[in-house]
Amino acid sequence: MNWNFQSDRPIYVQLKEQIKLMIISGTYPAGAKLPTVRDLASEASVNPNTLQKALIELEREGLVYTQRTIGRFVTEDENMITDAKKELAYEQIEHILKKLLEMGYTREEILALVESKVREMK
Amino acid sequence: MAILQCSGLSKLYGSKKALFNVNLNLEHGRIIGLLGPNGSGKSTFLKICNGLLTPSEGTVLINGMMPGIRTKEIVSYLPEQTYLNDWMKVSDILGFFKDFYADFNIGKAGDMLHSLNINPNDRLKTLSKGTKEKVQLILVMAREAKLYLLDEPIGGVDPAARDYILNTIIKNYNQEATVVISTHLIADIERVLDDVVFLRNGEVVLTSTVDDIRENKGVSVDALFREVFKC
Repeated sequence: MNWNFQSDRPIYVQLKEQIKLMIISGTYPAGAKLPTVRDLASEASVNPNTLQKALIELEREGLVYTQRTIGRFVTEDENMITDAKKELAYEQIEHILKKLLEMGYTREEILALVESKVREMK
Repeated sequence: MAILQCSGLSKLYGSKKALFNVNLNLEHGRIIGLLGPNGSGKSTFLKICNGLLTPSEGTVLINGMMPGIRTKEIVSYLPEQTYLNDWMKVSDILGFFKDFYADFNIGKAGDMLHSLNINPNDRLKTLSKGTKEKVQLILVMAREAKLYLLDEPIGGVDPAARDYILNTIIKNYNQEATVVISTHLIADIERVLDDVVFLRNGEVVLTSTVDDIRENKGVSVDALFREVFKC
């Protein structure tokens, strides 16, 4: 895992996004135990308090839960992970759509472009 | 109670103000960047906290105590200059620290030396400047102190060692300890900091958390520093 941070946004927000991505992509699957704050912080070379803040945010969203004295775990609710995955996909798609519309493409043209590109990938 | 409380602190050299009316409360369990250009009073502040200089006005309390023998038990200080004897071996110095400080973890120091490929049997005078700095930092970080005051800990070492040192700080961090790092190499250490204190001409011009700066101003601490201290 490569941790990259942009300089103009809070680090905890970016940590949250990157940990979420690891959950969605299955690096940490449903029910898996997460490394300790200290280990994750050391891996990402960030302040442990900042990392803690990111995990607390993920807890608030329900993707992660704490079991007292044992540690933090990824939620066992697979649907929640699927939803988070879809949400992230929509975000990315909206981002691309916005750019393509700015470039002057119509909806139909965009669909055709996406389709041909996806076919090409095989 | 804050680990370090400082009120109305000034240090005057004749008419020159090295520090002027500094008020700070540093909490437990934080990593704090003391940032400012050359001559802004960073080292003076740390020296006062270690009892090496006496304030002209105001007070510093560490864990409720004036700087002195009692505070040296809980404060681990990395000065800007080296004070170790050149004829000693690295292992001699470890023994020296073990005798001096009850909280010195010699095993931890040994591990860190090993990770940085420093031979404990080498004499200090045979080590490069950067390696000496690493040894000194290892000595300081191997103590299990409540407050670490690090004066320019990363200035003289290569980027790879810099990463290792920052990681050492993160790994050795515990909920109780506070780490103060003075530096002007902000971009390198920004992601390990909780809070920053900007000093200019001996005065505190800003205290903030790193996240607040990024969230409210939309820039990195490094960018903000360049803006505030533009020459």
